[in-house]
Amino acid sequence: MEKITCECGHVNPFGTEICEACGKPLQNVDSTKLINMRYEGGAVRSQTYKKHSIDKIWNFFSSVKVGIWIIVLILVAAAIGTIFPQQMYIPPTADPSTYYEEEYGTLGKIFYLLGFENLYGSWWFMLLLAALGISLVIVSIDRGFPLYRALKHQRVTRHNSFMNRQRLYIEVTQPLALEQLKTSLKKRRYKVKEENGNWLAEKNRFSRWGPYVNHTGLILFLIGAMLRFFPDMYLDQPLWIKEGETLAIPGTKTEDGQYYLKNNRFIMDTYKENDPKFAEALKKSSADIPSNYQSNVTLYKTKKDFLPGAKPELTKVKDYKLRVNDPLEFDSFSLYQVDFKPSQLDAFSFKLKRKKTDETIGEFTVNLANPKATYHLKKGYDITLKNYYKNVKVENNKELGSKDNNPENPLMLLKIIAPDVPKGERAVLGIQKNFELGQNKYRISLSGVKMKNVSGLTVKKDRTLPIIVIGGLIFMIGVVQGLYWNHRRVWLKKEGDRWLIAAHTNKNWFGMKRELQGISEETGMPVLQDQS
Amino acid sequence: MRLQQFIMAQLSSTLLYIAFIIYLIATLVFALSLSDKKNKQAAYTKRWGRIGYGLSIIGFITQLGYFITRWVASGHAPVSNLFEFVTFFGMMMVFAFIVLYGIYRANALGVFAMPIALLIIAYGSMFPRDIAPLIPALKSDWLKIHVTTAALGEGILSISFIAGFIYLIRVVDQQLSSKKTKLIESIIYLLLCVLGFIIISAGSAAFHYETTFSWKGTKGEKLENVYTMPALIGPHNGEQLDDHFGPLVDAPSWINGKNAPKKLNTFVWSLLAGGVLYGLIRLILRKRIAAAIRPRLMNLNPDFIDEISYRSVAIGFPVFTLGALVFAMIWAQAAWTRYWGWDPKEVWALITFLFYAAYLHFRLSRGWHGEKSAWLCVIGFVIIMFNLVAVNLVVAGLHSYA
Ligand code: HEM
Repeated sequence: MEKITCECGHVNPFGTEICEACGKPLQNVDSTKLINMRYEGGAVRSQTYKKHSIDKIWNFFSSVKVGIWIIVLILVAAAIGTIFPQQMYIPPTADPSTYYEEEYGTLGKIFYLLGFENLYGSWWFMLLLAALGISLVIVSIDRGFPLYRALKHQRVTRHNSFMNRQRLYIEVTQPLALEQLKTSLKKRRYKVKEENGNWLAEKNRFSRWGPYVNHTGLILFLIGAMLRFFPDMYLDQPLWIKEGETLAIPGTKTEDGQYYLKNNRFIMDTYKENDPKFAEALKKSSADIPSNYQSNVTLYKTKKDFLPGAKPELTKVKDYKLRVNDPLEFDSFSLYQVDFKPSQLDAFSFKLKRKKTDETIGEFTVNLANPKATYHLKKGYDITLKNYYKNVKVENNKELGSKDNNPENPLMLLKIIAPDVPKGERAVLGIQKNFELGQNKYRISLSGVKMKNVSGLTVKKDRTLPIIVIGGLIFMIGVVQGLYWNHRRVWLKKEGDRWLIAAHTNKNWFGMKRELQGISEETGMPVLQDQS
Repeated sequence: MRLQQFIMAQLSSTLLYIAFIIYLIATLVFALSLSDKKNKQAAYTKRWGRIGYGLSIIGFITQLGYFITRWVASGHAPVSNLFEFVTFFGMMMVFAFIVLYGIYRANALGVFAMPIALLIIAYGSMFPRDIAPLIPALKSDWLKIHVTTAALGEGILSISFIAGFIYLIRVVDQQLSSKKTKLIESIIYLLLCVLGFIIISAGSAAFHYETTFSWKGTKGEKLENVYTMPALIGPHNGEQLDDHFGPLVDAPSWINGKNAPKKLNTFVWSLLAGGVLYGLIRLILRKRIAAAIRPRLMNLNPDFIDEISYRSVAIGFPVFTLGALVFAMIWAQAAWTRYWGWDPKEVWALITFLFYAAYLHFRLSRGWHGEKSAWLCVIGFVIIMFNLVAVNLVVAGLHSYA
């Protein structure tokens, strides 16, 4: 592929449309149409090489038409995903394979069958995002370098047919008030360069890099979002913790120890009904409106060389009032207040009585999360826990089982051993349940219930955040740079007793014309004609 | 304390009302400012334009007064429910108009921007106006910053619709009925439906109309709801608990949520009222509405309007991105533990962003200037309004507060 040498002597890369230096059109030389100033007529790879299969892939992704298609496809897919709630927003206990049909009928079923209940995590949606990223990288290389070359090599003196084929142009024979003109241009922040009596006044060239900067920001953002799937970059763990409890915070074990958290108290505040500000709204609302969710916690850390399993030696790091919108940050972790369960069963207290005399023999308390195997009441009197279901359910219509590990509906089978019944008597106790198996001499009765609030917290670590933040920042800088400033140029060329004057802006022609109007009023320079 | 708050709240409503009236007058003044073919450079054009602009600014300041006094009364930025947010959006649209008129001095912009902003403010005022407390997730400075900046961005982007709409009325040939003239008339019809909704809502409220229905939901549960507009459409197999005017037909059985039949009734009322308004105007004008407006716009240079439309996107796009995506992500990271969660409202902000990104690329490389670009701006506005209203009313997400 040969380079093109212009009559001004500059050597241009193959495919150049307008000489980088003097601006002489190298293609469509005899036309009088306005020249296409996009990328300054530089050789854009995708417009030049079209044979190879690599060229074809390159050209595919650098085509703005394809780029727009990718954007539109992502847009449409995103919209489809909002027709019905995504799986993460349906009740956690619901079964998606039946939920969508039950709630939304046939359309819901189709939605589920097409896999749209998890649309934003689907492979094809990921592929679309990847295509966007690839396209952004390729298009930036494809156009960025030629644009840089062309803007760097541009010369002050331009070829006549470059001048008269600009959109804003005029040819005059009257003399120009050059000194005034220069002042007027400089006042408008133009940089004026002179060469053999010809001028190039230019401003805001940096705005041409706006799209490249913003695309770079987007690429970074997409990379950041993708990095989440690499190990150790991202952590998202729930932590349910009862008042008074101290637990290891999942996922926070590092080389110098493991973090522990104690939940001192959970607080939920609601708006007072006589709050004068909100009286009207509160009267209408039937439920209390919460004003604050808060867990008062203490963060601890173990020693560096702690042994898993052994009882850890904890050092206090800090106390914190963990509220919605105000997470606790430590190392690279954040702890969020996200949920709570009010008044969960914590412990049952029982009394053991001799039936005949109603005499109390002793009392014991069963911690429902961690019950003991045996409770010694006094000499000769023992209660053993034979069977325990934390959250009882009946399986296959007869056998008992536990739904989960939350002591929401506990049921226990106890054995009472007393000096006069060495073999023991059996009793079943639960919420509003108290049976005896056989003719018992002793009776166990509930004497107290202890409730505790449970805080629902989330432990997060997201090492991708810095990249996301930087990507977003660069994107914003780029968009503003490209959209709030325009690259404007004015060329003056002396041809004997004539002046050729041309002007170009990459956008906002109204503003450019108004600026020229202003210059013309100040200096008497004729107003350029719009040839479009 | 109580009295002071009461006075502030009262003052705030009054200021909104006054702002509304001023906007109305500004609209009329702008309408008078349009010249016709015969006297192109009429002096009155400039004069009325200047008065209209002045009134718009005074109206804006008055509405700002409403915003500040309501903030004082409630103790939080009044952008937390649908009434507050929609009226704020209307205010931002007026602000965007003030900025763009400042640059371009196009009276036609006022003729369309002011009444549409008015319509939006009036529409917002139909939602419950009580000052409501904030739930904990909404108590964040980032939320205020996010919501106000997003609304400002949407306001500026709306001006691109206004200019695009003017462009379409200006250039689309009205001699013959065509697909394009029909589309333009449908946009006008939809705007009239909003007006219809406002008239019916305000009318029903003035007569204290209410009727209660009770019916069975899909799972057999008992549902009850109070209609505040005359019931054209009752719930499926519903029982009316009083003897007020009552339903002509029942809703189909699948429209069965607690609020669904009521919303359907409201929707049908709006379409009907819009139809009546449109029919009346057509009857008076004896031609398509756009055809009647068009001669008044003939002095406008289409390229000039096109540039205003593009410029609004160029200014609005970064503001929107900053408010609706960047600030939203910062808030979401603190409130919901993640900067992005594919919640419907978030997704629709992303859709808006992608749409305007596509618009910029269409213009840039496909040369979609003028008419095509104007149609895109119409679609963009539909997306914004969808996100503003429909996502809240129909698709509920985390943001269901709004
Ligand atoms: C969501 C994705 C994207 C966003 C937000 C975005 C944003 C932008 C913006 C704001 C501009 C400046 C527009 C103007 O000045 O009027 C721009 C220009 C441009 N974009 Fe994108 N873009 C995206 C994706 C793409 C893709 C996928 C392509 C690939 C084909 C692409 C190719 C271009 C080109 C060629 C330019 C013009 C560059 C120049 O003027 O030198 N963009 N983009």
